[in-house]
Amino acid sequence: MTAAPQKVEPGLDIIPALVDKITKVNELVTRFEFKRIDGKDFPVFSAGSHTVIEMKDGDRTIRNPYSLMSDPEDGSKYAISVRRDDVGRGGSLFLHKKIKVGDKVNLTYPLNLFSLDLRARKHLFFAGGIGITPFLSMIMQLESSNGSWELHYATQTEELASYGEELKIKYPKKVNQYFDDAGQAIQLQKLLTTQPIGTHVYVCGPAGMIKWVTSTANNVGWPTANVHSEEFLAPKPGKPFQVRLCKSDLIIDVGENESLLEAMEREGVNAPFSCRGGACGQCETEIVELDGELIHRDHWLEQEEQDSGTKIMPCVSRFLGNSLVIDR
Amino acid sequence: MSKFVFPPSIHSRPTYGVLERRDGIFHIIIAEDEGAEAVIDFVGSDKFFLSKSHIIFVATKSGEKYVSRLKSLESAQFYVGPSYSASLQRLQKVLEAAKMGSQFYLTGTEGFMGQAQNEIMKAGFPHTAIQTEHRGSVARRMQCVHCKGITEDVITDPFVCDHCGLNLFVRDHYSRRLAAYQGVRVDAEDHGNVPEPVELYK
Repeated sequence: MTAAPQKVEPGLDIIPALVDKITKVNELVTRFEFKRIDGKDFPVFSAGSHTVIEMKDGDRTIRNPYSLMSDPEDGSKYAISVRRDDVGRGGSLFLHKKIKVGDKVNLTYPLNLFSLDLRARKHLFFAGGIGITPFLSMIMQLESSNGSWELHYATQTEELASYGEELKIKYPKKVNQYFDDAGQAIQLQKLLTTQPIGTHVYVCGPAGMIKWVTSTANNVGWPTANVHSEEFLAPKPGKPFQVRLCKSDLIIDVGENESLLEAMEREGVNAPFSCRGGACGQCETEIVELDGELIHRDHWLEQEEQDSGTKIMPCVSRFLGNSLVIDR
Repeated sequence: MSKFVFPPSIHSRPTYGVLERRDGIFHIIIAEDEGAEAVIDFVGSDKFFLSKSHIIFVATKSGEKYVSRLKSLESAQFYVGPSYSASLQRLQKVLEAAKMGSQFYLTGTEGFMGQAQNEIMKAGFPHTAIQTEHRGSVARRMQCVHCKGITEDVITDPFVCDHCGLNLFVRDHYSRRLAAYQGVRVDAEDHGNVPEPVELYK
């Protein structure tokens, strides 16, 4: 790992901020820009980083991770773009419908799980829909360091291609757009077999697209070290369950629509987290006792670790059965 | 002494495997002397694989011994060079034109594989994805930590630096960037107290 500002601890490494600007990008996507309450500059970040935004919706605390899409070297603001999810758990709807300019939010220090490999001779980007956001900061970073890059950006329609037009105008030779409704598709096989040695590929978008790109790259002989992807999972609802936290000496109930991590936070338990999407490993927790079945939904644990029943990622994974005791 | 099992050592010390055919759009096979035998072993009679392969063979010490057998494999491209340095331009040209999806296979002595790996790494390809199989001499390519000069084909420990003449202890610390092991003055504390040289791994 490179030197992150510090290890993220819940409630500690947060930056109190204000909503400074809200801009509708298209029918589904809105951009939010933040400035610090204390008037200082935000820390600069490495392109591809995300922040977790913490919002108060009445009694409920919502924490959602979003890729930072602003210029990594510009500390005067952080910006995120949020796609409205009408069937999700409400974080994006809260941002779209309730948040106003001047509202206070907490932002965590940026953490990067999708960084550029700066040894690359060339960076080849594949974005699907709102998956464009980390690439916006990556493009800015590479433009300021004279890096070589190329973007292939697929969306349902031209209208839904957030920032597509600006990118195309600014970098006409590097940006390639594909619109599903016009029957256009990325020529993946051809792209992945014509790149110079030293190219790295990055994909961010729907799960199906990530799988398509990573498996095609693998099939044509790309080393796994040169293929990067990012997908944040939203915690899925599930059957309510009870869990005993042995360090905290608490028995808590996890509701249908909350994650184990959220239930612990609701009860005031100091539980570590970072991405809240099963990718970063920060919330990994040891199982002390298990009588039932763990429902693993993370990308973090190895298959053997998941099968061993000794660890759980409370941000996305759940439990079904008689009793569960975890080391928290 | 064509195949040798290196004793386990520290993490820094490179380890080698056995070459195997992988999926890829092209295969760049770089072999030296006895490494020819590893090539013949792993390509088998896979005509499809060979039709997408470029064999770069460096006959440092083996002369014509393996050339006709390698040529008869009928790989898409075949090159024979008399030394690593003579073959380097060929390798660099190949790397310039190569596309991602190519697989790299190295076989020969440690110094030879290390230098070829270094060249491939410099092109931006991860060393973790380069396959290697050791064949031939167990001699090492050493860098003197004092004068920085490289001494090739070191077979005893300690040895005398080709450049500054110090007596150097052969360490297992390896640098991928230099493609060399580290040699440190053996009599640094007590000048002149140089142990009798012993052949490596004996």
